Amino acid sequence: MHIVDRRLNPGGKSLENRQRFLRRAQALVRRAVREQTRDRGIRDMEKGGDVSIPSDGVREPTLRRSSQGGKRDMVLPGNRDFVEGDTIARPGGGGGRGGAEGAPDGGGEDDFRFALSQDEFLDLFLDDLELPDLAKRKVEGIENVEWRRAGYSVSGSPANLALLRTMRNSLSRRIALKRPKGEELLELEREAEALEASAADPVRLAFVRERIAVLDQRRRRIPWIDPIDLRYRQFSPYPRPVAQAVMFCLMDVSGSMTEPMKDLAKRFYALLYIFLKRRYKHVEIVFIRHTHVAAEVDEDTFFHSTETGGTVVSTALEEMRRIVAERFRPNDWNIYAAQASDGDNAPNDKERTGDLLQNAILPVCQYFAYLEVGTEDEPSSLGLGSRPSDLWRTYDALRQEGAPFGMRKVRHRRDIFPVFRELFQKRSEARSAP
Amino acid sequence: MNPRPDPAGTLLFRGADWDFETLRRINEACEDIATKELGLDTYPTQIEVITAEQMLDAYASSGMPLFYKHWSFGKHFAQHETIYRQGLGDLAYEIVINSNPCICYIMEENTATMQALVIAHAAFGHNHFFKNNYLFKQWTDADGILDYLDFAKGYIADCEERYGHREVERVLDAAHALMSHAVHRYPRRSKPDLRSEEKRERERRAHEEQMFNDLWRTVPAQRGEAGAPTTEDMRRALLQLPQENLLYFLEKSAPRLPPWQREILRIVRLIAQYFYPQRQTKLMNEGCATWVHYRIMNRLHERGQIGDGDYLQFVHSHTNVTFQPQYNDRRWNGINPYALGFAMMSDIERICREPTAEDRHWFPDFAGNGEPEAVLRDVWANYRDESFVLQFLSPALIRKWRMFHILDDSNESELRVEAIHDERGYRRIRSALARQYDVAWLDADIQIVDVDLAGDRRLVLHHNVVNRILLESEDTGRVLQHLADLWSYDVLLKEIDTASGVVLKEHRAAPQRSAQ
Repeated sequence: MHIVDRRLNPGGKSLENRQRFLRRAQALVRRAVREQTRDRGIRDMEKGGDVSIPSDGVREPTLRRSSQGGKRDMVLPGNRDFVEGDTIARPGGGGGRGGAEGAPDGGGEDDFRFALSQDEFLDLFLDDLELPDLAKRKVEGIENVEWRRAGYSVSGSPANLALLRTMRNSLSRRIALKRPKGEELLELEREAEALEASAADPVRLAFVRERIAVLDQRRRRIPWIDPIDLRYRQFSPYPRPVAQAVMFCLMDVSGSMTEPMKDLAKRFYALLYIFLKRRYKHVEIVFIRHTHVAAEVDEDTFFHSTETGGTVVSTALEEMRRIVAERFRPNDWNIYAAQASDGDNAPNDKERTGDLLQNAILPVCQYFAYLEVGTEDEPSSLGLGSRPSDLWRTYDALRQEGAPFGMRKVRHRRDIFPVFRELFQKRSEARSAP
Repeated sequence: MNPRPDPAGTLLFRGADWDFETLRRINEACEDIATKELGLDTYPTQIEVITAEQMLDAYASSGMPLFYKHWSFGKHFAQHETIYRQGLGDLAYEIVINSNPCICYIMEENTATMQALVIAHAAFGHNHFFKNNYLFKQWTDADGILDYLDFAKGYIADCEERYGHREVERVLDAAHALMSHAVHRYPRRSKPDLRSEEKRERERRAHEEQMFNDLWRTVPAQRGEAGAPTTEDMRRALLQLPQENLLYFLEKSAPRLPPWQREILRIVRLIAQYFYPQRQTKLMNEGCATWVHYRIMNRLHERGQIGDGDYLQFVHSHTNVTFQPQYNDRRWNGINPYALGFAMMSDIERICREPTAEDRHWFPDFAGNGEPEAVLRDVWANYRDESFVLQFLSPALIRKWRMFHILDDSNESELRVEAIHDERGYRRIRSALARQYDVAWLDADIQIVDVDLAGDRRLVLHHNVVNRILLESEDTGRVLQHLADLWSYDVLLKEIDTASGVVLKEHRAAPQRSAQ
């Protein structure tokens, strides 16, 4: 008998099969993942989890007999009440229990559930989306420099000595110039000693002595390491892309924003958050809510506490500008902002809002997304007689000028995902579409 | 761990912990009982300790240590993993492979007692059954299976490289769909020899490469089929029709399959054939292993090699394994093969040692002969589930289990109790139960009966419908689609009632990819 310990064998033997399975069911899994993200909180959006797909797509059909109809015999254990010839009312479900064994796949209609890892989940979820201007367009300042290896040079500091390369040069030089080897010299010296001791062959002794002198001199002329051999590792500066991002969530929390509207906004923020999280090492979120005054708050307050007051959008933009100036130097941070509002704004604030956005906010932002949320039953959703909101018209004027700016209207949960995708579609696709 | 009294110093282990030395001692102790007292004859064993994740891996590839790649295995893996993660099901304690040497996977999480149970169960019980049962002897090649799987894996990977993943996947999908009807049920001319399979394929390819001559492409192809005899019988004889092994027929006769696809069909077919005996002997195989582990563990306890506490742990596990819920229990999920197999074998033991008058009447051959081991060895060697139940289910056991036979006829509004555990019912229950274990009866009887060679080459299949049970219609449509894709021409499946000869239903499929 042998005992073999297989525990240390590399795991993941089924990994390839799993990938094949996911590839096979890709369309279905992707749809399932997207549907599922509707019901998740903002921060656990990016965890893996169970998804279920219609088993139809990954069915393995076999030729088997139907579990219904026909004449069937069954032998069962545990008879307490029956005698031969008794009749029993048919239990619900036609074929009765016998069918359960014959359908390992679970029949046809059932969903197939399985767990996705976090990476698989996000890959499928964010597949084919792209962030606009992933890295900062202009990189300045010495902090953002990274040193990278750039070959070898003949001068440099001793710490950067490339030993291997140096020794290689030295070796080839020594071979080329025929530097006498130590062993060779040692051999001759030993022979000289022996000859001296025996004193048998003075001619040979003289020859050996001379030879030793020649070799010794040659050795001194050709050094072990010459300055010409030295090589140093060279480094040169590269601009380093900014690897951190901050995401500003701006939201109108005045009385006109209802809970469902906030919910829509929250979903959008959640999507943006995981998307940024995926692309940048470090992502911060700043929540700014506003009525006629704006304030930075924590997530819970942002989504859950109610506030009354008018609606002055520019206050939020002003607050954002202040925070950017204080804490997030545009050179060091990729700045994203998402604003959600029902579109109301005080009439006299229009000028100021447009001005702030165009001259203060957009220049420092990688992307600014404006999301106008509405309710499902809003008459304007029918299209006829719909009138763009104040804020929409203000922003719409700015949109023309090709700024890093996107705006969409959302009225229902199911629109969130398409809208998000529209905003962040890969550039090439976005361009090809007029 | 807490020290336990061991005055005689005979205990194999103390507490739950074990190391390889413990496993070796356990195996030796089990072997002593298995060979000397039970007279078992086994392949040499190779015990492999694995983790839970590796166990899941093994599940996904039908328990085999290596297998070709296919998405369906990934699907099964995901399925088992979900069930396991959610805590809905336990993993098996072991997996055993019918190979020589016999490979037993045991999980690292098992306690020492469980390892003893598992070794007795798999390394001796299953192992003896694999080596001695006539079906396994006849159909499987324990020496060659691992080499053959290795060849299959390499061959399919090679095909993927040459012809692309998608093409290979398409063929494998189709082959898997037909796998349930890809076995020869009756022995044929020669024993399958998996080792020579690989050699044969290599030679064939080498020959092809040698003989390759581009000139022949321009010579008009000779219509082999055109010269075929026109009379129906001659044609059928030539194609070996009717044929119930669908993949075999396609491999030999499908007109448009490239050679590598034929080889893949052959691989799937041979693997299906390898697993066929296991399907027919589930009850006996588990019964044998359970009976053997029960005996060995009891003997170990009697000899003082297992402590009382550990013995109770064993009894607990054993009872779980052989638990049979009754038909109206919430947990009812069919008859538990471990339970019935173990009960029948224990019953045989009882009949050998303490027969009643009834047993002497029913089993005159061995009642009271006092040699249960010899009787059981003979049973394990020469029966399969169906014949085993038919021969050895005793009235005593029928009464003990309170078995009853009901008839569910969809034409009647109610179920009818046909027989119960009484004098009139014993034989009827026995034959009805045996039939539940007859694989040939459970699987739909589907045969290829004809090919319209002179006309549109349509393939005609018959399903011989028994008891008016038709095929599952949606799945059948999909399988036929696969069949048509492989055959490259139309396929027609007629469901014919065996009693009346009436065609109950027809399924048709046309190949998706038009002929190139």
